Amino acid sequence: MNLAAAANENLAHTSNVLIYSAMAVYTLAFLAHMAEWVFGSRSKVARTAAALTEEKSAASAVTVQSKAKAGGTAVLDRPKVVTRSAAGSRDVPDGIGAHGGTEKGDLYGRIAVSLTVLAWLIHVGGVVSRALSVQRAPWGNMYEFSTTFAAVAVAVYLILLTAKKNVRWIGLPLVTTVLLDLGLAISVLYTASDQLVPALHSYWLWIHVSCAIISGAVLYMGAVATLLYLFRDRYEAKLANPAGKQPGAFAKSVLERLPAAASLDKFAYRINATVFPLWTFTIIAGAIWAEAAWGRYWGWDPKEVWSFITWVAYACYLHARATAGWKGRKAAYLALIAFACYLFNYYGVNIFVTGLHSYAGV
Amino acid sequence: MAAKTDTHSDPAQDADLGAAGSQLSTAPKEEVSLPSLGPIGWARWFWRQLTSMRVALILLFLLSLGAVPGSLIPQTSIDPVKVDQFQKQHDVLGPIYDKLGMFHVYSSVWFSAIYLLLFISLIGCIVPRTWQFVGQLRGRPPGAPRRLTRLPAYATWRTTAEPEQVLKAAHRTLKKRRFRTHSPKLSASLEQGGTPTGTSVAAEKGYLREAGNLIFHIALIVMLVAFAIGNLWKSEGGKLIAEGDGFSNSLTQFDDFKSGSFFDTDDLEPFGFQLDKFVATYERGGPQNGTPRIFRADVTYFSGADGKEHKTSIKVNEPLDIGGDRVYLLSHGYAPDVTVKDGTGKVVYEGAVPFLPQDPKNFTSSGVVKVPGAKTKDGKKNQLGFQGFFVPTFGGKGSGSMFSVFPALDNPRLTLTAYHGDLGVDSGLPQNVYQLETKNLKQYKVDGRAVAQMMSPGQSMKLPGGDGSIKFNGVKQWASFKISHQPGNGLALGGAVAALLGLAGSLFIQRRRVWVRAEPGPDGVTVVEIAGLGRSESPKLPEELADLAYTLQPDAPQAPEPDPEASDPEDSDPHAEDSAEPTDSAGNADPSEGARA
Ligand code: HEM
Repeated sequence: MNLAAAANENLAHTSNVLIYSAMAVYTLAFLAHMAEWVFGSRSKVARTAAALTEEKSAASAVTVQSKAKAGGTAVLDRPKVVTRSAAGSRDVPDGIGAHGGTEKGDLYGRIAVSLTVLAWLIHVGGVVSRALSVQRAPWGNMYEFSTTFAAVAVAVYLILLTAKKNVRWIGLPLVTTVLLDLGLAISVLYTASDQLVPALHSYWLWIHVSCAIISGAVLYMGAVATLLYLFRDRYEAKLANPAGKQPGAFAKSVLERLPAAASLDKFAYRINATVFPLWTFTIIAGAIWAEAAWGRYWGWDPKEVWSFITWVAYACYLHARATAGWKGRKAAYLALIAFACYLFNYYGVNIFVTGLHSYAGV
Repeated sequence: MAAKTDTHSDPAQDADLGAAGSQLSTAPKEEVSLPSLGPIGWARWFWRQLTSMRVALILLFLLSLGAVPGSLIPQTSIDPVKVDQFQKQHDVLGPIYDKLGMFHVYSSVWFSAIYLLLFISLIGCIVPRTWQFVGQLRGRPPGAPRRLTRLPAYATWRTTAEPEQVLKAAHRTLKKRRFRTHSPKLSASLEQGGTPTGTSVAAEKGYLREAGNLIFHIALIVMLVAFAIGNLWKSEGGKLIAEGDGFSNSLTQFDDFKSGSFFDTDDLEPFGFQLDKFVATYERGGPQNGTPRIFRADVTYFSGADGKEHKTSIKVNEPLDIGGDRVYLLSHGYAPDVTVKDGTGKVVYEGAVPFLPQDPKNFTSSGVVKVPGAKTKDGKKNQLGFQGFFVPTFGGKGSGSMFSVFPALDNPRLTLTAYHGDLGVDSGLPQNVYQLETKNLKQYKVDGRAVAQMMSPGQSMKLPGGDGSIKFNGVKQWASFKISHQPGNGLALGGAVAALLGLAGSLFIQRRRVWVRAEPGPDGVTVVEIAGLGRSESPKLPEELADLAYTLQPDAPQAPEPDPEASDPEDSDPHAEDSAEPTDSAGNADPSEGARA
């Protein structure tokens, strides 16, 4: 064995250690998030029910002030822009967040986010050292794909946090799935660091697969938001109808602290709509690569078929949102089906179906 | 500055908004009413249904659902062997699947029906939407609705400026922000150099959203057409070539060939190439021992009538473009070079025989040599057949088996067993060149044991009874190529790029309307109202409105809070009385205004 190979093996080993360490820190972040939710549950703010049962006219206006601009002549009040919420939505304020307004909850929440940042840095170190050890893009097989996928998902979350978007509610589900994903990757899908077959030697590997990973990570955010929307929507519907069945104490405590159904729905839509062109590009890039590698840009290979199915399912979702009678819950179900197709394309097709893509290695 | 809002409904469909809320998109209206007239009524109803959003949605869903079985059930076009296997294993399901076209889903009647209906619906949707959109471009933004407070985003303030001044400033600012602005009375009087007399300005922006959406949907049709062209006029053939051998592009030269219904084999481009050398390198040592690093076919090719030769190399992701066709490198393997002499001592076979890899990692390969022209030493017909294994790197005697331990040619061995008799090649029926038809062949045996020998290059094996010999001269490599002719690729790529750009425009651009109204209030102080309306998903509208309000401040500075004593009738605007009347500039929101488009 030559020196370079030994160095690469060292790097590969470092990468594994880093991934394990990242998992440990993610676990701490998970526990901190749990603490946040537990302490938050002690608060008794019930803004949703209050908003829903209050006089409609009083609760409905939401004021938004213009972006503060330095140096404005602020002698007098600047005009306020009053917004009216969109069709059929319930006009309830967003939940207060997992911490429930409690100081302790908030503290644990902040600790959880800090730990997530730390875990993510270690995680990225693991992905990068893996890439260095094989001297290529770190997504040549399912193990690498999974670890990179999780890193990108957390990155998207952290970017949204940095942009001051209201996304802390996604922290717990995200960290949980990242742990599951990494656990699955390192136990079941693990592949020793390895070179690629010549068919994967192409710059399209960088373009096509990185886009697929980013699309998937972002779509995952959309799917979580959609799922929470469905729960929260049902919760609000129950509250709005005091005569009907009321939500249980646990559901109440958890869902009360989430953003309003309308906000979750909007968030999910924006996420999905923003990344849909990227997913479209992923498929086009894949087709161009297939044309160069296999002599046809489209051949109904199982992987191609499932990308197509996923794409059409998201197109379906976007259509549904523009179609009367399909907005809201029905569109949300379509979004979840679409994301399930993405997942199946990744796990299902790689494991159960053989095709040209199978050499990507389980 | 307080806002009054009341019960909620979709702002865009608010009856109050009238024309102001109309046609923010060109999406077809939903129609659920049943037809009342005879056949024509029904036909019209059917057409409306087919081109409705709801049916488009259902067809889209069916399209993705319909694509599923093709990925789970073996497909003839991808792997016919698997389809055969499947049919043999499933007595009941096999015939049912066959009837349903499950072995060729993507060319089946039902799948075609789904996408054809979808595309008819698409065309039926695009054409009227395009007209509508052109009309909207030609028309003007609809006038301000009567009650701006009902719009999703609203702001108001009192200003010391005159209404005309505010409106002029609003007009200017909105224009600068690339809104299409309109205020009938204002613009008319401005042209004449006069002062504006209207009380509101209407503006609209983001038409590119609709344009993008239309381009996207049209591009989908372009892509379908390109795909159809590609499938109907394509041709595709495979050819396996050993080093030193060549290929010229004509039907008889292919190992296998298939083409689209409209492809004419006379149209094959005149070109050819020769495989000079195949280069394969493998990782040595380390955990990646044996992993391929480079595959490269060095070829000499000619194209067209002049036949001038060029040298180049073909790699896995780098096909050769030649005469409008492309040559792809698919796979490679080893071809032992042998010389066969028959009983008379004559050389009856000489050349490299491609062996097929049985183990894709280390290239343990198997193959056959068929020698139809051999004779015994008395000159009797005695066809010879050899069956054998080839390993590029023999693991040594101790390994006990004929398996290769490395993919490169480090320690090649060829092991053959020999047959004689009738190869069955004289019947004229096509035979698999990689298999011996042993039905009428007899294996050479000595003392009841099959004659077999493992040879290194240079060694030979004698056949019993003086029937001749076979010599293992050395090893060449072979490479297999796909020669493909696929028209419409450029069109498909163009369509895809247009679809992507259109999609981005459609999803990222917000279409919205803004109205600014300035009128003297009851106390004579000018009241400015601005309001915006967008598609329900416009998140930026309130911010944009706030920004606009801010920009208007220098031209419409805020007046102090109303103080009953300060309102001097002298200062009041001459229009003050008009404005008290319910008919204000909302008159501009004449339904024909927006509907004209
Ligand atoms: C071939 C299949 C089709 C695909 C893949 C497809 C895809 C899409 C996508 C991805 C969008 C989202 C872009 C946006 O929201 O602006 C969209 C919007 C739209 N599609 Fe399609 N579409 C198809 C067929 C159709 C058909 C048949 C119709 C007509 C009935 C139609 C009418 C529309 C309309 C009106 C919108 C805009 C909705 C809006 O204004 O928000 N599409 N389509």
